[in-house]
Amino acid sequence: MWTWFYKLASPPYVYGVAGAFVPWLLGSAVLALGYGLIAGLAIAPPDYQQGDAFRMIYVHVPSAILSLTVYTVMAAASAVALIWRIKVGHAVAAASAPIGASFTLAALVTGSLWGRPMWGTYWAWDPRLTSELILLFLYVGVMSLRSAFEDPARGDRAAALLAIVGVVNVPIVHFSVVWWNSLHQGATVVKLGAPSMPGSMLWPLLAMWLGFMCFYGAVLCLRLQGELLNRERQAVWVREAIKS
Amino acid sequence: MTVGVWEAFVLIVRRELCLSFRRPEQLLQPLVFFLIVTTLFPLGLSLQLSLLRDISPGVLWTAALLSSLLSLDSLFKSDADDGTLEQLCLSSQGLTVIVVAKTCAHWLVSGAALVIVSPIVATALGIPVAAFATMMLSLALGTVTLSWLGAIGAGLTIGLRRGNVLLSLIVLPLATPLLIFGAAATERAISGSSTAGALYFLASLCVFTCTLAPLAATAALRITLE
Amino acid sequence: MNSAPEGLRIEKVHVWRGERHVLKGLSLEVQPRELLHVSGPNGTGKTTLLRVASGLLRPEQGTVSWMGRSISSSPGQYQAVMAYCAHEPALKNDLTALENLRFAVGLKRRVTLQELHTVLDCTGVGSIADLPTRVLSAGQRRRVALARVLAMRATLWLLDEPYSNLDASGTELISGLLQAHVEGGGAAVVVAHHALTLDCNVRRLELNS
Repeated sequence: MWTWFYKLASPPYVYGVAGAFVPWLLGSAVLALGYGLIAGLAIAPPDYQQGDAFRMIYVHVPSAILSLTVYTVMAAASAVALIWRIKVGHAVAAASAPIGASFTLAALVTGSLWGRPMWGTYWAWDPRLTSELILLFLYVGVMSLRSAFEDPARGDRAAALLAIVGVVNVPIVHFSVVWWNSLHQGATVVKLGAPSMPGSMLWPLLAMWLGFMCFYGAVLCLRLQGELLNRERQAVWVREAIKS
Repeated sequence: MTVGVWEAFVLIVRRELCLSFRRPEQLLQPLVFFLIVTTLFPLGLSLQLSLLRDISPGVLWTAALLSSLLSLDSLFKSDADDGTLEQLCLSSQGLTVIVVAKTCAHWLVSGAALVIVSPIVATALGIPVAAFATMMLSLALGTVTLSWLGAIGAGLTIGLRRGNVLLSLIVLPLATPLLIFGAAATERAISGSSTAGALYFLASLCVFTCTLAPLAATAALRITLE
Repeated sequence: MNSAPEGLRIEKVHVWRGERHVLKGLSLEVQPRELLHVSGPNGTGKTTLLRVASGLLRPEQGTVSWMGRSISSSPGQYQAVMAYCAHEPALKNDLTALENLRFAVGLKRRVTLQELHTVLDCTGVGSIADLPTRVLSAGQRRRVALARVLAMRATLWLLDEPYSNLDASGTELISGLLQAHVEGGGAAVVVAHHALTLDCNVRRLELNS
């Protein structure tokens, strides 16, 4: 069982696997996003309370979920890299960070645009928004720390530690609507029990979520390939890979 | 005869205190900064003292946070610069004792000093004396947590160019819960409502950080020194 | 040689500093009652070698062991018998020489101030023991750093250019201390640019790029 784990420690193997996954992930992303956007924007009925404004959910919610997921992936990869000294983990973390930061920014911006018709304000200092903003700062901190070191290996390890320390924020963002009286609405999908949303609205949302995940996967694989080529540029396999 | 952990802890704390008091002006700088920043708000907003009271918990806490950040940089920096940090790491005591002792000593000269000076600042901001106990308790808990968060940040940023800016960038997002609940506790004390919730939260943050931060700070130091 | 695993053994150590391959599969051995003199042009990895031997730097490949046990398995025990003196004297400017020693040595073993005074006298800085290190000359600081090494009563000495900034009497002093240390059963690795004239068992290791 552990053989595949140790294979994943080999940069050329991961490079190959990532390359193989990209077309599948991109294809799935296009399909899922296509269905999600059409069904969500055109087919799903307008909301009883919010009218058509609710359709922001199809971009906002997947972005927000992904912002947390990507941070968790980054923290997990960092932990693997630090504990088992597997350098590919650092490459995964470095590749994921800007993607996660973009998702966080997208979640904040789409949320802000949605907040205006729904709450009457572009911003409120409620627990979920604040902790999501802190998540953005954590992403920026991790990226800045990595690039501040002259020795890239040390920069990787420092950024990895910071990513792991900051993972405390992820459950806070998720559970903030449960723990505190929040302006932000509670969980409708990712919770125990059945989702509290009708099927015609729910399926496009799930499709968008899947589409965003596949999109993240595809972009991660592409960026990971780039990171591995850059990090291992002295190695022989890189020269072979570039030729082909 | 080898030196035990407690003896080593006490020796390192004495070393840090000795070094700090040889440079008293460096001890006073963050405190003076605290006083100056607190006066900037009322001057900038030109509010009546009674209106000032509304924003005073937030102002006090923001100023405390910022002035604590000033002193965090020096936690490891001077030892790293003159090579004594390496000698400490080779002292057969292990990094954890060193980190814990240095952080405790750091809190004694910065956080504790801040708590002691806070009534003066509070009076300038119009906070009633009845709220002082809660305010000082919340500051005490908050500065301990902050010293530990700062130890992690300082460990990661030793020797970097513009390391103190990066240190602030790392520590401030992690310290925002302190600000929120510390200011909330002080505010509730001023208005007379129950402060228990906010104080318990601050205390739990403090305990959580004191338990896990030493591990993270030691790991940070190990990463930087290797 | 298949003798009992005594002393410091460095085997096939590789170290990269960024993209530079500084130590390329270096191996060496230093037994008690031996002194290893490491020399070579600048930039060939002498300081890196000492840092690897002290445990401050972990090599990417290779092992470092003392008395048959890897130094990373029990660093505390290794550090208790080892004293490392870097090229910088590593003294706090605001503390006196005596205080510097007390805080440094006091973490390894219990020392009395009287004992530290005696050691400082040995290296010729006893009279200035109570002055802040800031006012000492480079040569005096070097003597204080060596007093620290002496006070630690370590079996293995790792000294990076101990002769720098010293006058003739200082050079003689260090040679005397090294000789006494090695004859008394200690081991030493010394980085120095000039030839060492000592009466004890000296081996040379020349590093080149």
